[in-house]
Amino acid sequence: MDTRSFIDVIVFVAGGLLFPIISFGIARLLAPHNPTPEKLTTYECGVPVIGDSRVRFPVHYYVFALLFVVFDVETAFLYPWAVVFKQLGLFALVEALIFIAILVVGLVYAWKKKVLRWV
Amino acid sequence: MFGIPEPWWSVIRAVVWALFIIIFLAVNAIVAVWLERKVSGRIQRRIGPQRVGRPIGWAQTIADVFKLLVKEDVRAEATDKWVFLLAPAIPFAAITLMFLVVPWGKNLIPLNLNIGLLFVVAVTSFEVLGLFMAGWGSNNKWALLGAMRTAAAMISYELPMVLAILAVGMTAGSLNMNDVVNAQSRVPFILIQPVAFLIYYIASLAEANRTPFDFTEAESELVAGANIEYSGLRWAFFFLAEYGSLVGTSAIAATLFLGGWRGPILPGPVWFLIKTYLLVYVAMWIRWTLPRVRIDQLLDFGWKFLLPLALADIAVTGIVLALL
Repeated sequence: MDTRSFIDVIVFVAGGLLFPIISFGIARLLAPHNPTPEKLTTYECGVPVIGDSRVRFPVHYYVFALLFVVFDVETAFLYPWAVVFKQLGLFALVEALIFIAILVVGLVYAWKKKVLRWV
Repeated sequence: MFGIPEPWWSVIRAVVWALFIIIFLAVNAIVAVWLERKVSGRIQRRIGPQRVGRPIGWAQTIADVFKLLVKEDVRAEATDKWVFLLAPAIPFAAITLMFLVVPWGKNLIPLNLNIGLLFVVAVTSFEVLGLFMAGWGSNNKWALLGAMRTAAAMISYELPMVLAILAVGMTAGSLNMNDVVNAQSRVPFILIQPVAFLIYYIASLAEANRTPFDFTEAESELVAGANIEYSGLRWAFFFLAEYGSLVGTSAIAATLFLGGWRGPILPGPVWFLIKTYLLVYVAMWIRWTLPRVRIDQLLDFGWKFLLPLALADIAVTGIVLALL
């Protein structure tokens, strides 16, 4: 890893964040600002707001999120294999296929348990 | 060079590239919004914008930008101040970062990273962070629902997308974007990996929140989704990021599957832009042709069809490449 890569990434992150923030600053100078109590209420189709949205919210797909973590780690393992598998040959290929097969079994299990559903 | 020590030279180089990419993204949003309105008009047998900048309405979006610049920036009382104010900047930064490893031509690449494909996968995920910050910081029920759906779409379509990119990496034998383009000097990968291309393209539509997967902003049920409380320029930046995301995923699809900047006669950057905007046009065509899917249909399609298909594609690619 050379320093140039880090310099480029840092410059791009800074540029990508500064451009919107500077634009917001310019808009703040140009745009009018006269708030009224009605304007500052939360939008809910025009009717008075009922309660807060910081309520207990049923996240239906938390099982998807758990599966996502598993499969994302899997793909992180497959990336290095993908680059060098021509050099590693048949042994590594069979191993990777077994690895994928284990994860497919996990997916099928989750499927059969009916967790892959948006309730 | 010119008496400037080496580290500063690379800083200047990076700044020039960053400015170029930012200007490109800003111009792209103006052009793409105009194109979208023209394309939708033609598909619906209308004319589309035509008054500002006759006869084709080319100045309409430029006028819209200036209008948004002088519109009041309302922040409702219930919002979470800093989360709300900074959320629109995050998706834009993520897309700028995505262009860091996209080659525009021979030796025309901001950073020739040896793990370019992995880098793309990593930074595209940041976009959803900004949308989720917007949804949560707004303290609005519509926005929260929109943000939750965005997160669901992201975790469901990230996997097929990552696996499709992996298939390209296997075929090219490298994760470097330049190597991937060079590996396509004779045959573009869309002919070798058609399944991976389809998986990538469908998943990228979902990642960019495009119809038929735009239930995150679903105007007819959620009003506007995560950006509902925003107005003025902050709202405009969500659109800038959305069209940036569209052109970004199209640029990566063009690089990975259509041979990137390679092509006869015309110079590399021209071919790169032609291929990219061809895919942008196809995405618009899809948007104005297909209806929106439901969220449960989207998750089913992602997990029960695209993910097994992508895993099978990886396995077949591995076996075929080992036999060759």
